[in-house]
Amino acid sequence: MISIVEPTETWYLVLAAVLFGIGVVGVMVRRNPLIMFMSIELMLNAVNLSFVALATSLADINGQTAVFFVLVVAAAEVVVGLGIIVSIMRRRSDANADDMSGLKG
Amino acid sequence: MELLVFVLAAAMVLGGALGVVTRNNPVHAALSLVLTLFGIAVMFISHDAHFLAAVQVIVYAGAIVVLFLFVIMLLGVDKSEDMSIEPLTAQRPLAVIVGLGVSGVVIAAIVSSKDSFVKRGSGIDIAKLESPDANVKQLARSIFSDYVFAFELTSVLLLVAVIGTVLLARRQRSSEVAK
Repeated sequence: MISIVEPTETWYLVLAAVLFGIGVVGVMVRRNPLIMFMSIELMLNAVNLSFVALATSLADINGQTAVFFVLVVAAAEVVVGLGIIVSIMRRRSDANADDMSGLKG
Repeated sequence: MELLVFVLAAAMVLGGALGVVTRNNPVHAALSLVLTLFGIAVMFISHDAHFLAAVQVIVYAGAIVVLFLFVIMLLGVDKSEDMSIEPLTAQRPLAVIVGLGVSGVVIAAIVSSKDSFVKRGSGIDIAKLESPDANVKQLARSIFSDYVFAFELTSVLLLVAVIGTVLLARRQRSSEVAK
């Protein structure tokens, strides 16, 4: 009989670190501001995953409370960010973060 | 069994995340984001975080991604981005190096400190988790007792965000522009 390996908290934390790295690359590589926003969501989710994994391994429910507040703040952040993107795109119709250099004084 | 769940959910998470970063079409990227969010929700369930898994599906996969799709449709930016040109020389290789560096440093820190974690199984008050709604009760007790002030502040935050967004995205009338 094969011995069954159970995933430990370390596996979840390593997965969260990899997900965070993918989000970092996404923010730096992509030039569409919407996709940069989605990459920020990836990083937020990586942090949420490690919060929940550590809440379980340290037997502390407050880790899950922190995730709850991160979710609320992420929702507010997306709403404001998309509002800014909509108001910028209304003036200039191309979706490219490089063209935002016009925001300089 | 838990290993199978972890492997499948990890494949969903990583496949979706790579999809977000590599797909040219913003709509495809948003749908890949849904895949990642569902994978994270599965992992929440396997950690007995039932309430957060439900909120993850409803708020993230339901509301936030739909908001993204609305904005993509509203702005008509659902054309594919041309990924062949690279305006800044060596931006992409450097970005990948930085991403690998961030992940590598964090993973090194996790692996080197993994012995200090409490072993799994001590869990979140496993004795109290007998009833199916124990997680919701524990989370509610934490939010509405220890963190009730922060909870009230989040309502102010959401109100400010809504008003700010209405103000930002409002179309200016010509009479107001003339003033």
